[in-house]
Amino acid sequence: MIQARNLTKYYGAKAAVRDVSFYVDKGEILGFLGPNGAGKTTTMRILTAYMPPSEGVVKVGGFDVFTDSMEVRRQVGYLPESVPLYTDMTVWSYLDFVASLRKVDNRARRVKDVLGKVDLEDQASTLIARLSKGMRQRVGVAQAIVHDPQVLILDEPTIGLDPKQIIEVRELIRALGGEHTVILSTHILSEVEQICNRVLIINKGQIVAEDTPARLTARLEGGERVRLQTVQAPADAVEILQALPETDKVTLIASNTFEIECCEGTDCRPALAQVVVEKGWGLLELRAVDISLEDIFLELTADQIVQQ
Amino acid sequence: MNTLIITKRELTAFFVSSIAYIVGAAFLFITGLFFFFTVSLSGVATLSQVFSVISTVFLFIAPVLTMRLLAEEARLGTLELLLTAPVRDWEVVLGKFLAAFIFFLVMLLPTFYYLFVLTRFGTPDLPVTFSGYLGVILLGAMLLSIGILTSALSANQIIAAVLGVALSLAFWLAGSLGSTFEGPLGDLLGYLAAQEHFVDFLRGLISTANITYFLSITVAALFLATRVVEIKRWH
Repeated sequence: MIQARNLTKYYGAKAAVRDVSFYVDKGEILGFLGPNGAGKTTTMRILTAYMPPSEGVVKVGGFDVFTDSMEVRRQVGYLPESVPLYTDMTVWSYLDFVASLRKVDNRARRVKDVLGKVDLEDQASTLIARLSKGMRQRVGVAQAIVHDPQVLILDEPTIGLDPKQIIEVRELIRALGGEHTVILSTHILSEVEQICNRVLIINKGQIVAEDTPARLTARLEGGERVRLQTVQAPADAVEILQALPETDKVTLIASNTFEIECCEGTDCRPALAQVVVEKGWGLLELRAVDISLEDIFLELTADQIVQQ
Repeated sequence: MNTLIITKRELTAFFVSSIAYIVGAAFLFITGLFFFFTVSLSGVATLSQVFSVISTVFLFIAPVLTMRLLAEEARLGTLELLLTAPVRDWEVVLGKFLAAFIFFLVMLLPTFYYLFVLTRFGTPDLPVTFSGYLGVILLGAMLLSIGILTSALSANQIIAAVLGVALSLAFWLAGSLGSTFEGPLGDLLGYLAAQEHFVDFLRGLISTANITYFLSITVAALFLATRVVEIKRWH
């Protein structure tokens, strides 16, 4: 659905995005993950045909963003990070305006449908200026989907929302995936874990990793990491556990709680359970720990920080 | 078509904003005052003084009417949404210009009442009056397009308005500056001076050259505004 090849964008002499290539399949939800200023917004602005790339080719639905800009715009729905709306209009008149610019047939019905999708039917005649941040966000999503676009591009769609609104917007995005191809950017790691099928990690204008959230985690895991908690443990417990052939590294993270890295390719949990039972420490908890995207992200970007 | 959709939205925005009513009221107050004094003091049934006043007042009012149009959209970021819809840049600029122009025409409508009063109590020269209206409308279009251009240049409404007044005054007064130079530069400044072209209309003189002057500046300013919008989105 979307293809970017060697995409580069300069602002003056400075490259905001450098030689980035990626693709997005139909119905996929792709997450752009990266710190602020990584080049996420620039990439999205190019995908929406707002600005042309300095170098490289970007195609949306088979159309080039530069030479077929109008066709690309017809296929794309876009919500910028700041959720810019005309605050002097009512929700209904604003969506009707966008729908008429987007040449939507049977406008009144479509606007009504979309208001239903974002759960704003009862706010149709409210001035946008009077809406809460969360409601504005939903109006923003509504204007992006009013023409039923193939591709939906959402820049930081949950920023500035309260926890309840974040959950609502995430659910809305998940519901839109499948029907639409969705690209969303975020700097919140748990967000991509929850919503996206695939993640692109961007830092300083370049892609540093690309995979499914689960596989990225697996890829960076050496041996499995295990957390162990017991009722009691002697002072030399760390040494005892370390001595086991299955364990690689043992750290005491709280009293009677250990984090243990198993040797690569082995699961050390049976051995740990046996030791704890034999020594009579009283087993409370023994579970595998997932590496969070936070860890992955720090690991991937650490090299670059060191290079500087 | 896109142009008209944008015009409609902007016109609605004009009529819900207080600035439009303030500007409209000030405009009518000043022109009405001058109408009363010039006609009652001179006793001549003519609108030419009123047209002069309209032209002067509009030098300052036009940039205020247009300052919001592109500057505010750039500041709020709504321009980004507008320009990612399948709409061409010139359609956005033209749509906004038309909205301001229609608002200006609506503002002029009550001045027909002055004409009505004149015909009741005297015999105004109708062809000259018509010529005067044409001049005012052409000048209005030009000043509004200059305002659109300065609104495209700055994301700050106040700066856009001040720039607009400065540029409008420069065009208006280029003639006095032109007369101080000799040779081609003086001629050029003389030609660019809006005032020289405008006074012909007040005398009842409708010439193609004068009409061409106002239309060219209007089109040029709108074209430049479109280029500014385009350049700004690329950076």
